[in-house]
Amino acid sequence: MLSFIGLGLWDEKDITLKGLEEARKCDKLYAEFYTSKMGVSIEKIEEQIGKKIEVLSREEVENGETLLNEAERSHVCLLTGGDPMAATTHIDLRIRAIERGIETRVIHGVSIVSASASLLGLQIYKFGKVVSIARPSENYFPLSPYDAIKDNMKMNLHSLLLLDTTDGYMTANEAMEILLEMERRRREGVLGEDTLIAVVARVSADDAMARAGYMKDMIKEDFGETPHSIIIPGKLHIMEAKALVKIANAPEEILEKI
Amino acid sequence: MGRKEENIRKAKELRYKPERRRNIGVVAPIDDGKTTFSDNLLAGAAMISEELAGQQLVLDYDEQEQARGITINAAAASMVHEYEGEEYLINLIDTPGHVDFGGDVTRAMRAVDGAIVVVCAVEGVMPQTETVLRQALRERVKPVLLINKVDRLINELKLDFQQMQERFVKIITEVNKLIKKMAPEEFKDKWLVKPEDGSVAFGSALHNWAISVPYMKKTGITFKDIYEYCKNEDQKTLAKKAPIHEVTLNMVIKHLPNPKEAQRYRIPNIWHGDLDSPIGKAMIECDPKGPLSLMVTKILIDPHAGEITFGRVFSGTLREGQEVYIIGMPKPYRIQQVAVMVGDDRIQVEDIPAGNIAAISGLKDAYAGSTVTSDPNMEPFESIRHISEPVVTVRVEAKRPADLPKLVKVLRDISKADPSIQVEINQETGEYLMSGMGELHLEVTEYRIKNEHKLDIITSEPTVIYRETVRKTSPVFEGKSPNKHNYLYVVVEPLEESVVKALQEGEIPDNVKKYRKEVAKKLEELGMSKEEAKGVFGVKGANLITDVTKGIQHLHEAKELLKQAFEEVCNAGPKAAEPLQGVKVKLVDAKLHEDAIHRGPAQLIPAMRNAIYGAMMLADPILLEPMQKVFISVPHELMGNVTREITQRRGTILDIKQEGDMSIILAKAPVAEMFGFASAIRSATGGRVLWSTENMGFEPLPDFLQDEVTRKVRERKGLKPEPYPAEHYAG
Ligand SMILES: Nc1nc2c(ncn2[C@@H]2O[C@H](COP(=O)(O)OP(=O)(O)OP(=O)(O)O)[C@@H](O)[C@H]2O)c(=O)[nH]1
Ligand SMILES: [Mg+2]
Repeated sequence: MLSFIGLGLWDEKDITLKGLEEARKCDKLYAEFYTSKMGVSIEKIEEQIGKKIEVLSREEVENGETLLNEAERSHVCLLTGGDPMAATTHIDLRIRAIERGIETRVIHGVSIVSASASLLGLQIYKFGKVVSIARPSENYFPLSPYDAIKDNMKMNLHSLLLLDTTDGYMTANEAMEILLEMERRRREGVLGEDTLIAVVARVSADDAMARAGYMKDMIKEDFGETPHSIIIPGKLHIMEAKALVKIANAPEEILEKI
Repeated sequence: MGRKEENIRKAKELRYKPERRRNIGVVAPIDDGKTTFSDNLLAGAAMISEELAGQQLVLDYDEQEQARGITINAAAASMVHEYEGEEYLINLIDTPGHVDFGGDVTRAMRAVDGAIVVVCAVEGVMPQTETVLRQALRERVKPVLLINKVDRLINELKLDFQQMQERFVKIITEVNKLIKKMAPEEFKDKWLVKPEDGSVAFGSALHNWAISVPYMKKTGITFKDIYEYCKNEDQKTLAKKAPIHEVTLNMVIKHLPNPKEAQRYRIPNIWHGDLDSPIGKAMIECDPKGPLSLMVTKILIDPHAGEITFGRVFSGTLREGQEVYIIGMPKPYRIQQVAVMVGDDRIQVEDIPAGNIAAISGLKDAYAGSTVTSDPNMEPFESIRHISEPVVTVRVEAKRPADLPKLVKVLRDISKADPSIQVEINQETGEYLMSGMGELHLEVTEYRIKNEHKLDIITSEPTVIYRETVRKTSPVFEGKSPNKHNYLYVVVEPLEESVVKALQEGEIPDNVKKYRKEVAKKLEELGMSKEEAKGVFGVKGANLITDVTKGIQHLHEAKELLKQAFEEVCNAGPKAAEPLQGVKVKLVDAKLHEDAIHRGPAQLIPAMRNAIYGAMMLADPILLEPMQKVFISVPHELMGNVTREITQRRGTILDIKQEGDMSIILAKAPVAEMFGFASAIRSATGGRVLWSTENMGFEPLPDFLQDEVTRKVRERKGLKPEPYPAEHYAG
């Protein structure tokens, strides 16, 4: 049997009770952290569960052979940050398990997709396409996020931006630099210094942070330790605007623009 | 004032007068007498002492050149010559004839505007004559002809007067046939060589005389006289009456263009920027006041002076202390010293204006082919493409492990000074591999490492470099990304012969993205379908990749990654990790993940690599091996020994001709079997043999050797002996 257990967002206490029980009773525990970052050490999580965890690399998870072979004979759990099937690609593993006749199960955790909205007080109904911001490399500078943000804005929808986790976790500041570079290349006036931006950092931690303001100010701000995520609000409802001012210290003037 | 100071003064003065300057190269197959000729020009023009010339060749100054009796490095020199009452400065580059050093010829042709093509009267026009002519004409370098070693026709071959004349006519006709075939359209007629106008000279570089029709008219000397002087063993008198430097330098000044004339038609050919821009105009006009542009054509490591960069100034003026940019390098460089050649000496000057060949110190990151300019945004010159590629490789290690860092540095310096040497590190085994044009090339380089760079190294036996290609069209093959969210569908097939040839000849720019429309048009003309020609988004060596899909979302931002994977595969194929040749990759379909992160480099590069590898394994992949043409001339009675030596080496005899009591054999043989041929043929003939080779590209390795060689190459590279089947790449 193969169970996918979501660890939630920050520390060893974000796992659900159901997840904890499942993890405690299984034969072998694996985890991967390449899709999202947790705020605590692996030891803390091991302590909480009371079991050793083996951390897998991206290659090992994508290849999946060891996991699947073991799950054929025993009960294996794979721990992942967030909600196991939300923004990640583990669905391939689950399909392959099913094809091999292995029983599978998903135990959900809190995902940044809903948590960022609920922290900022933005309405989940008004979110458009979710996009990732990739760290540009020599031959890869995708501009499709720019199009997605543009389309969302046209439809007055909010855009949730997930930030790259490969080669170190991307800060919101780095992501904003990339957004501005996209604008320089496309020049369609979608993003600029006066674009309203919300940043959430370390969601679910005691010192979780929610900030909103104009890009020109936000880009200079220090949001502390990663992980960070960005929301580019579309057209705000009056309640959303109020929430951004009260919770995320957005400039009051945004209320007048509603 | 001494003669030398006088020459220096004149040369310095003449560098400001483009009309009174010529930049020329001397080109020919091996041993036709280029260096003997060039030395005698220098001596005749009193640039070096007469005793030196012809004896110990000054232009073959290198220890190995003297020991081996061949030219290895293209060497620059200059001389002052008076013609019709005016003084001229002639910059000359003596090039090597041995095919292993052919890269130096190609690069020298970028620096010059005219060439003296030397043809040996005895051997006549050789296939390599065609090669050097092609190298010159491709660069729009105008040729004149010197038929050399005429003395041997008379004294050794004992031709009568009539036969000698016939021989001349034959050579001139053949040379003109080649010019007609290969010259740019506008020069096909204008550049033919004609004895009557003086663009052909006849002579003996060794005995220091030459003659041309205008010179005969002026002096009253006739062909008949020449014949007699030679026959009577009195070439000394002839050399007084018709000195070779006088006759051939007159020919150079009259028939070869000055830099101002030449740059007008050469620049559009070697530079693809905007000709109406300030730098474009300055180059066309050879304007010393415009922005600086210079192309590096040779790097020489001088044991005393260190690294010297040679290059042609096309516009502006190069000055000591000036800040310049090397295109591709972020920061500017300061020119330490500039020098011009006077005789065979480098003489320091303050400045070098457009249209000259300069020797520079202080450009440490330049390599042969670099564009040097005062304008950091200048479009670089077209790269200098040498027609043949390295075919032989050795493994190199430092004798003492502690010398490894030094080895890395030395190898880097070596390949910078000689771009025909390629160095790479085998990722599997961590060994350094040094590849070159032939066995001799590597031997000479090894000697340099040991003696000039003072580094003790151990090298393996040489092995050849193979190519991988396919013989069939593959079925559609699916490559998956590691996260299984991206699928790429690829078909691999043999690339059209005509396209392979065009790629090898450099007729298609590397940057297909930039020249998209031209490339598509050209490929269609060459016989590719319109759809495929339009979709081409990468070329590498003689391979290309094309996208024939329609309307796939996000594909455009994945293209560079697919191209990168394609290029990686072109460097190392699935069969034996050897480079590909003649492979066409078609992307026929793709399914990509919606989100940019899930289709980044870590996903798409392996997906594409696997797709191409898998498809290739289903397209009847084979190895090609490098082949060589071999020309051998031996006394008739020894012919059997020679043909035996050739057939033992999987060679085939293509042609046998009789010349007096000599047999001239033309054969072809695999390079892999030609190692050690030099000593084998010497002992088979008791040393009574003259021979040369020419690389002739790649041909399929015979079927019975395919598996064995594949296994050997793989094992040498530390790979498992058998290539993986297609299924391995489907995962
Ligand atoms: N009899 C005779 N021998 C000549 C003549 N010119 C050159 N040689 C001889 O031919 C041989 C080769 O001459 P080089 O000047 O080294 O020839 P090269 O073309 O520079 O040779 P590479 O640079 O190695 O290609 C030498 O032994 C010369 O003495 C000539 O006009 N007559
Ligand atoms: Mg020579």
